[in-house]
Amino acid sequence: MITALLAMIGIALFLGTVLGYSAIKFRVQGNPLVDKIDSVLPQTQCGQCGFPGCKPYATAIASGEAEINKCPPGGEEGIHKLADLLGKEFIPFGDDATPKGKAVAFIDESTCIGCTLCIQACPVDAIVGAAKQMHTIIVSECTGCELCIAPCPVDCITMEGIEEDITNWKWRYPVFSIQASR
Amino acid sequence: MRKLFKFHGGVYPPTRKAESTRTPIVTAALPSKLVIPLHQHVGSRAKPVVQIGERVLKGQIIGKPESRLSSAVHASTSGTVSAIDTQLVAHHSGLPDLCITLIPDGKDEWIAHSGVDYKQTQHSELRHLLRQHGIVGLGGAVFPSDLKAYSHKHKIKTLVINGAECEPYITCDDMLMRERASDILRGAEVLRELLYAEEVLIGIEDNKPEAITAMRHAIQSELHERMEVVTVPTIYPGGGAKQLIRVLTGIEVAAGVRSTEKGMQCFNVATAYSIWRAITHGEPLLSRIITVTGNVDRAQNFEVLLGTPVNELIAQAGARADTDKHIMGGPMMGVQLPSAQVSVTKATNCIIESSPALFPPPLPALPCIRCIRCADVCPAELQPQDLFWFAKSNNFVKAEEFHLFDCIECGACAYVCPSNIPLVNYYRYAKSEILAREQEAKAAEAARERHEYRQFRIEREKQEKAAKLAQKEKAALAAKAAAATPAIIDADDEDAVQKRIDAAMARAKEQAAANIPKNTDTLTPEQQAEISMIEARRAKAHELASSEDKN
Repeated sequence: MITALLAMIGIALFLGTVLGYSAIKFRVQGNPLVDKIDSVLPQTQCGQCGFPGCKPYATAIASGEAEINKCPPGGEEGIHKLADLLGKEFIPFGDDATPKGKAVAFIDESTCIGCTLCIQACPVDAIVGAAKQMHTIIVSECTGCELCIAPCPVDCITMEGIEEDITNWKWRYPVFSIQASR
Repeated sequence: MRKLFKFHGGVYPPTRKAESTRTPIVTAALPSKLVIPLHQHVGSRAKPVVQIGERVLKGQIIGKPESRLSSAVHASTSGTVSAIDTQLVAHHSGLPDLCITLIPDGKDEWIAHSGVDYKQTQHSELRHLLRQHGIVGLGGAVFPSDLKAYSHKHKIKTLVINGAECEPYITCDDMLMRERASDILRGAEVLRELLYAEEVLIGIEDNKPEAITAMRHAIQSELHERMEVVTVPTIYPGGGAKQLIRVLTGIEVAAGVRSTEKGMQCFNVATAYSIWRAITHGEPLLSRIITVTGNVDRAQNFEVLLGTPVNELIAQAGARADTDKHIMGGPMMGVQLPSAQVSVTKATNCIIESSPALFPPPLPALPCIRCIRCADVCPAELQPQDLFWFAKSNNFVKAEEFHLFDCIECGACAYVCPSNIPLVNYYRYAKSEILAREQEAKAAEAARERHEYRQFRIEREKQEKAAKLAQKEKAALAAKAAAATPAIIDADDEDAVQKRIDAAMARAKEQAAANIPKNTDTLTPEQQAEISMIEARRAKAHELASSEDKN
């Protein structure tokens, strides 16, 4: 009787230790679904979805608080990807969110007064400058989120569309005539 | 007799090479202007290093290589730089790119140049020379040769010199081998030295007997060792680097694998020739052999300065009036030029003048009937009919799974397609979409990292500020405590309080005395008088005020 009890207690203790250990050792940090959603989002950190950045939007989608059609920079393809990932139906963009062409911010350096407000607004640190010094955009890092435009007190920031040139040119979808049946 | 291997598929289009091999290579006339694109190679565009109006000499660098994967661009003759701007270039997109326009002065005056003995020169120095002399692969890929002539990880067994020239119409390599065989072989020796390659195999298709004879003769007369001309069967695309390596050695090179990993490296004959000119004569890549053929009166090969406008070149071959299109490259893989105003580049091996009779417009495409003729001829052993389906439906994941990137875009599938589907265009579309998406994903990843770091930084700054503030407050509190302690003790003693007040007042007076107005040093007598008057009034007012107080 005693041996049986001891054996059971021993097993319980052993299993408890294993479970407790694995709970600490194999703990999943954060919500893996959030990370998956986040990796689909375009990371412009523009806040057009109504959330302060891509991660908060991903969190909101994961918890079912937000719809999947709130991200204009991701385009329709982004909605398709989210729909595939979450097993949801595709929903088109609402009237409040329409995708635009890609663009980067441009600072008119003759008007800039060096107030640093845009630097504070930039979510990806793509603006260089200091107080009372001219600011400029690091084009390669700019995500085109437009968050720097509103804070500028002298309206010296404009969005410049990225023009197609030889380096970013893509082959078009082939279009050719199909012979009409007679 | 060397044992040859076969690659899968291949097609046999009419070669049409006889027309342009009847006469020897002719040096093209000096054009009225040279439009030299700064992006004639794989990699980043060269940076212009000349000014408008500057006189440049033949062989002078006008575009400096910008990054590791880049190459130099030179003035093809002496003259004056008249413009540095975007102009139409020979590219599938038909978009303009940065070019330097040079007006030749007709003197053809060389910059000081001299060659080196490659056996006495360090390899790093030789590679630097190749880069500075703008040597790139002239078979069509225009990959910088300095990067290809290097293998530190893998031992190179075979250096393949590609003289196959499988595409119809093109004969520039053929003529080069016939006329300048010994320089090609010497260039191959330089490459062998750079790669420590054991043997050199020169693959030439069996429809070029004159070139084969010339090359064999040069090997014998110049006593090149472990170097062999191998006759390979004429089959398109047998001149693709992967296909030629396969035929000569039986080794397959998959997409994303460098041929050096398999102990192979492949260079075009024209590249070997320019390497010899660059290393031992110090001549940068300024001209190349170009076949002008098709709808012309005198189809032949020209030695053309890079940057020569195509219309000036075709005029010398006698372009016929009914020419409607100009194709750069061969009929299978060539680029249709946006206009005859564009200039020839390092990649230009052939200009085909096209007329409706020569190349009738493509028949309308019909639906795919899955006859799999394309799969039968695909030299990369792909399933073109499936790739077409995936590309058409934008199913890029599946297309990649079916090894889309092993496709060499040779066009054999489209050549045999009974439904006339422009298959290669679909593969190119899918490839460029996939690459663009990869780039976007990379950019998004970088943006995420930057954003997360920024948030981390803001949080850290906040904490640091809070810590600083807390410390300051603590210090202030301590100071206050230290100052307040005696005051509390003395609060009962009225004398002590009075003393402190007096002391404070004395300090204030002292400070006031120290603060003499700075504008009272140099005063005119009138100002002095005015001041004394004001002072008197003030004193009177004080007197009155104090007397009222007393009352």
